Amino acid sequence: MRTRIAYIASNTFREAVRDRVLYNLIAFALLLSGAAIFVGQISIEIEKLVVINLGLTAVSLFGIVIAIFIGIGLVSKEIEKRTLYTVLSRPVRRWEFIVGKFFGLAGTLVVNTFFMAIGVFAALFYVSHKFVRADALILVALYFIVLEFQIICSLTLLFSSFSSPLLSAVFAFSLFVIGSFAEDLRNFASMAHGFSRWLATGAAYLVPNFSAFNVITSIAHEQPVAGQLILQNTLYALFYATMALSGAVLIFERRDLK
Amino acid sequence: MPAIEILGLEKTYSVGFWRKRLKLALHPLSLTVEDGEIFGFLGPNGAGKTTTLKLLMGLVFPSAGSARILGREWTDPSVKAQIGFLPEQPYFYDYLTAHELLEYYGQLSGVPAKQRKQRVEHVLDQVGLRDVQGVQLRKFSKGMLQRVGIGQAILHDPKIVFFDEPMSGLDPIGRREVRDLMSQLKSEGKTVFFSTHILSDAETLCDRVAIIHKGELRGVGAVEDLTSSVQGTVEVIWHGSQVPASIKALGAGCHVTGDRVRATINESQQDAIIDALRRERLRLIAITPVRTSLEAYFVEKLRRAETTAGSTK
Ligand SMILES: Nc1ncnc2c1ncn2[C@@H]1O[C@H](COP(=O)(O)OP(=O)(O)OP(=O)(O)O)[C@@H](O)[C@H]1O
Ligand SMILES: [Mg+2]
Repeated sequence: MRTRIAYIASNTFREAVRDRVLYNLIAFALLLSGAAIFVGQISIEIEKLVVINLGLTAVSLFGIVIAIFIGIGLVSKEIEKRTLYTVLSRPVRRWEFIVGKFFGLAGTLVVNTFFMAIGVFAALFYVSHKFVRADALILVALYFIVLEFQIICSLTLLFSSFSSPLLSAVFAFSLFVIGSFAEDLRNFASMAHGFSRWLATGAAYLVPNFSAFNVITSIAHEQPVAGQLILQNTLYALFYATMALSGAVLIFERRDLK
Repeated sequence: MPAIEILGLEKTYSVGFWRKRLKLALHPLSLTVEDGEIFGFLGPNGAGKTTTLKLLMGLVFPSAGSARILGREWTDPSVKAQIGFLPEQPYFYDYLTAHELLEYYGQLSGVPAKQRKQRVEHVLDQVGLRDVQGVQLRKFSKGMLQRVGIGQAILHDPKIVFFDEPMSGLDPIGRREVRDLMSQLKSEGKTVFFSTHILSDAETLCDRVAIIHKGELRGVGAVEDLTSSVQGTVEVIWHGSQVPASIKALGAGCHVTGDRVRATINESQQDAIIDALRRERLRLIAITPVRTSLEAYFVEKLRRAETTAGSTK
């Protein structure tokens, strides 16, 4: 069972590589080096701020786009093209397929993020010519971004297990945007009354709370991240991704293939 | 123990987006395929052949009924390691090469790593793709994909193979090779279950066939038994240049070519025509039974089905 999941995951990764997904790294590198050179004229302090802010935001956005872009097709494309017929007629359980796909996509993003992270650190070194202790905080921000990817991946998989690629993309992207304002939504909910309070509270806790994962601005200003937040975010991401994946499995287990 | 037992499998699809209607794609189907048989599953387009195979593979779920494969419940995952499946118009991960695809499928089927490479090479040879094993599947022609499909179905040395229209898309040589392959699988003690609407393929290959039409089973049996139920005809050839009136009277359809006469006549008239020839002192050259083809049987069956369906309305 574990090996089958691993085989499916590595095949998913191979597909992403052959579909030239990693080419996005070129765009990322161009963007970052452009920015680093462009702000090179200003003071070192601001330069650092820009590189960290811009770099990490780009890491996150590039990853989100890739996660959604690949994720929406992971299941539906295989159903549509009927490549699944010869997979599911083997000793592969449907849930193994979903979980394998998830790890394949998540793995692709981790690899992608790894290369981007190297880019961010390289740009940082280029502008400040040295590393300081506080730069290690960037690793925490990157870790949170990767956690965020896990949630997005599991959500796109969930959507793509029952709706068309286009709709899945719309759902996933909206959830990403709403989730980025989850904090505001929660604040709003606590101020509302009656029925709308129920509704807003429900929505606020159902959407992924991405605002808790965004520490880019604070670490750019070298503010430390509480250990408790790291633990909390890790557990939250694990829980959320597991729930979304379970949902995807539950739907997919019952589905007739076209 | 039968290889496949289908116990009242039934499938209704709901079609339409806003106003859902139910479509009965497969009436409750019961069928038994014995171990080591080549079993043909015949029917015209839209008969329900693919639906049946998809049900058996667990790709779609039945509305009712069940099946047993190799004595186990058909959904039992352990069954899957022992069966191979060729879907109709197969399509595969087109970013992989033929070799990579088979390797991957070998992994998923649990072929031990040590034997995998050797199995893959062997199968590539068997389906004639050795020369193109390193080419990405997106560059494959339809017939080449069909060969990959057959290859992946037999890769893990399954006990039963399910082929959905194995000959489709293949050139005459390819068809021949597939026929030979199926016979070979049988001689290795495997069970072959395949669907087709090409009757001559079924006729030469199958131990037994089932005929399905509009989702309903219309007949099961050995090819000879099914065809013998339809009145046969014989072809009689004799030396001569004209047809005596006594033979015309028997209702024979005659053709004269050069100094030979060829007549086709109902099997029951065979003795009468021989007697007539003897009386006329004509030299008999040959009598050959014209075996009713499965095709004739098929057409007959369908015609009968149509008329009964019409009369009940
Ligand atoms: N997903 C589906 N939704 C609705 N109806 C379907 C679906 N799949 C098949 N059908 C219907 O079920 C019936 C049987 O189809 P099936 O594909 O099993 O036929 P077949 O015997 O394989 O035909 P062919 O020789 O053309 O391959 C057809 O009437 C078809 O319209
Ligand atoms: Mg079909």
